[in-house]
Amino acid sequence: MDISNYIYLSAILFTIGAIGVVVRRNAIVVFMCVELMLNAANLAFVTFSRINGNLDGQIASFFTMVVAACEVVVGLAIIVTMYRSRRSASVDDASLLKR
Amino acid sequence: MFTSPNLNYALLAPILIVLAGALLGVGVEAFARKELRAPLQLGIALLSVAAAFLQLMRVRDQRSITAAIDSFSFDGATVFMQAAILVLSFFAILLISDGGNFTAQASAIPGSEDEHSSIAEGKSQTEVFPLTLFAISGMMLFPAATDLITLFVALEVLSLPLYLMAGLSRRRRLLSQEAALKYFLLGAYSSAFFLFGGAFLYGYSGSLSLNSIAIAISSNTGNDIFLLLGIVFLMVGLLFKIGAVPFHAWTPDVYQGAPTPITGFMAACTKIAAIGAMLRIFYVALAGDQVQWRPIVTVISIVTMLVGAIAAMSQRDVKRTLAFSSIAHAGFLLTGIVALNQSGLKASLFYLVAYGFATIGAFAVVTLVRDSAGEVTDINRWVGLGKKSPLIAGSFCLFLLSFGGIPLTSGFIAKFSIFTAAYESGNTSVVVFGVLTSAIALFFYLRVIVMLFFTEPKSDAVTVSVPSVKVSFVVAASVIVTILLGVYPSLLLNSAQTFATFLR
Repeated sequence: MDISNYIYLSAILFTIGAIGVVVRRNAIVVFMCVELMLNAANLAFVTFSRINGNLDGQIASFFTMVVAACEVVVGLAIIVTMYRSRRSASVDDASLLKR
Repeated sequence: MFTSPNLNYALLAPILIVLAGALLGVGVEAFARKELRAPLQLGIALLSVAAAFLQLMRVRDQRSITAAIDSFSFDGATVFMQAAILVLSFFAILLISDGGNFTAQASAIPGSEDEHSSIAEGKSQTEVFPLTLFAISGMMLFPAATDLITLFVALEVLSLPLYLMAGLSRRRRLLSQEAALKYFLLGAYSSAFFLFGGAFLYGYSGSLSLNSIAIAISSNTGNDIFLLLGIVFLMVGLLFKIGAVPFHAWTPDVYQGAPTPITGFMAACTKIAAIGAMLRIFYVALAGDQVQWRPIVTVISIVTMLVGAIAAMSQRDVKRTLAFSSIAHAGFLLTGIVALNQSGLKASLFYLVAYGFATIGAFAVVTLVRDSAGEVTDINRWVGLGKKSPLIAGSFCLFLLSFGGIPLTSGFIAKFSIFTAAYESGNTSVVVFGVLTSAIALFFYLRVIVMLFFTEPKSDAVTVSVPSVKVSFVVAASVIVTILLGVYPSLLLNSAQTFATFLR
């Protein structure tokens, strides 16, 4: 199979994630879409690593995984606090700052 | 075969000292007794920032691009920006430590029994200090990093603590939590764009390092589509961090919702780090492809200035106003990137310092204007403040004048030199719009000054609380720097000139 198909797949995954962030209303789902985007970037890194014939891209994807894990910790902490004080995880309800 | 990496610890030490301070702070939070925690944390934070600054001054004349293999460049611009970040964060830590801005227990539900009891028992957590130190270490690394992975990691190390810190306010906690949520979701979204852009630049050049990307661009070997995609996506991530239009929507909300000392820290230091990294990426890695990105950045710069200046006029909240003013300044700073010459770099460095001091001073003043329920940020209730406390209102006006770029303040020299640099490089359009926007913004700043000084105060009880030693120090130092850099700009311009180099 042509290796460039993986790049297309990664672009499609990234787009799904990016649209999901804009369209979905639940903070957890929005956050999952961001994770999908990070994983799409990972797939691109690994594929380019194969195309370029060096390992830099694979190393990069390890770093991304670690950073994504940290982001989950911080993100879920914020979302859970938000949920506990409002009984809702919808990003539409978070509109006190809008005027 | 593995060869062990050769690290130059003397040059990395400023960052490592701040990180060590942060880890120590985590330990203190876990093990120290309740009443010892606050003073210990403050001491550790101030000492580690000061020690990092001293170490930085000790090695300031060394230059190396191999301090950490080829991921970290210790050049003039790095030294200058790290020093600026350290000094400004020292001020920010003083503001943070000045009582009563932070929640006793971030995990307690606002308004719950749990929260009341934790306040009644005098529980207090001081996790904000280690978080600040972690953020500072990321900010120091971000403008110095020379490969895409280090850039990404530094970006996250500086952002993740800030997301949490935005949610720690003691009063108006729902607003604060909402600010944290918005900042986090949009921040994570933009860093995904940054990473995806990085992946395409890697695909284009076959390497993660900025220098190799520059070489690949000049030899014109790779796939141009990858390059363009890479630049655009990378730019989205960076423009978000500096709050440029059209990625500015989070700025007013987060600035308003976050505790005021954190807003000051975020506004001053994050801007230095993000503009620093942007300067390095565009000057070092992408300079060869300027025909593609320069028009985009020019347009974004102009739109950002205009939106910031015009939207600031319709705001009723002081913190939102300052947020839009910071958006306008992001536009002015982008002209330094459009300039793409040595004087552009010099002017950007000077601008960042001038803007940073005025910002931290302005937010320090905001922490002082209070009523019985806490800070008052409604601008209509600031009316006539100049009659009640001329000194504080006067220094706030000085910072506004500096934002507006009035002569004899640091803001004038900063704007003048950054526009000169852009003009020298032939970008007249951005200069014309810059000067026009400055005029619009000035109208607005003068309106606030008129409100403060030439309008009769209303009856409702807004008081300026007596500033503590720490806050007075921050305000006084910011006033002095703002005037000094306006009257004797050569004090800093000369060193900005010497340090305005990127090693390749």
